[in-house]
Amino acid sequence: MSLYAMQKFLFALNREPEVQRRYAEGGDTRTALLAGYDLDDEEREAIDTGDIGKLYVLGCNGQLLMHFAPLLGIPWADYLEAMREGVRKYGPVRAGIYAMTTGTDEKVAGV
Amino acid sequence: MSLVFAGVCSHAPGITGRAHLADPAVKDEFHAQFHRFGEAMRATKPDAVIVIAAEHFANFFMNNMPAYAIGMADSYEGPIEDPKWLGIEKHTIPGDAALSQRLIREVMQTVDVAYAEEWKFDHGIMVPLNFLTPNFDTKVIPVNINCQGPPLTPLHRAWAFGEALRRACDKVPERIALVGTGGISHWPATPDSGKVNAEWDAEFMRRWCANDREGMLSLDDYGDEATYREAGQGGFEIRTFLSVAAAARGKGEIFHMKAIPIFAVTCTAATMSVE
Repeated sequence: MSLYAMQKFLFALNREPEVQRRYAEGGDTRTALLAGYDLDDEEREAIDTGDIGKLYVLGCNGQLLMHFAPLLGIPWADYLEAMREGVRKYGPVRAGIYAMTTGTDEKVAGV
Repeated sequence: MSLVFAGVCSHAPGITGRAHLADPAVKDEFHAQFHRFGEAMRATKPDAVIVIAAEHFANFFMNNMPAYAIGMADSYEGPIEDPKWLGIEKHTIPGDAALSQRLIREVMQTVDVAYAEEWKFDHGIMVPLNFLTPNFDTKVIPVNINCQGPPLTPLHRAWAFGEALRRACDKVPERIALVGTGGISHWPATPDSGKVNAEWDAEFMRRWCANDREGMLSLDDYGDEATYREAGQGGFEIRTFLSVAAAARGKGEIFHMKAIPIFAVTCTAATMSVE
């Protein structure tokens, strides 16, 4: 469990065009990029596959995570739904200060 | 007296980035009040605007997290976010390193503040500036209170920080405006986005408007555990409001305080008299 490393990756991704480029290139370039962070297999796979729901459940701070979604081309409503789907699939948020307090079928803002 | 304006406002990215998804009448009313808030600030002819924001990992991370930081550069860049996502184009915003340094030196007499000669503005500063200084042509001095990565600074220290800022403002000849951004209750960037606690917001802002120091510093009501439970992680940002109240010493006037769920917050703009 290395929530710190996952969040550090997202911090770098949000700030640095070069990290964005290496992530977007995929393949060996992305593998080398992610190897620079102390991630376990579950975390590395969640980042590699852009699994917003898993990253949310693992406890990533929403202020870091919400920028990963547009980078992946995911609109706002789909980002919220991806987190709900993560909770449906993987259970409640395991760490951090961004736990869900509404039900997975609730849409407070209509999206 | 060189503090010429004090106020607080929301900074949620949806205010500009998801404006097109809101009920136009509701959005227009809030934007109009937010612009009126900006006009009130500009009417005081500030030489520089101190924006106390609670940033969101644009500059500071848990590898080296300052409780308090003040920018000390002659210019800043923002927004760090995708301009299309935020609905605000990239700008270079003027700063004033020399003025920052004078303010920081005085703040340091009582608060161990970090300084930063590089600072990328995120929505915490850019959304307010969109209404405060729509041409992004007024000098800005960015200030951050860590409200994202616990442990967070205690409330009474946010108050002391506001007092220090006031003392620093009073020592410089420039006309300074002070704006705190963030809060009030909200659960941003979660599936709960849009949820607020209207009762909590009303009571907190009642205390803020009355400049009720004891009421705002109540750990039973606004300590981190109570705030997380009643007002969400976004509620931690009331620290910026506390600092402004401590600096201004006056009474508040609310321009707008109404939840707009698609903006994920009780959309707030309020001034405080400088006493």
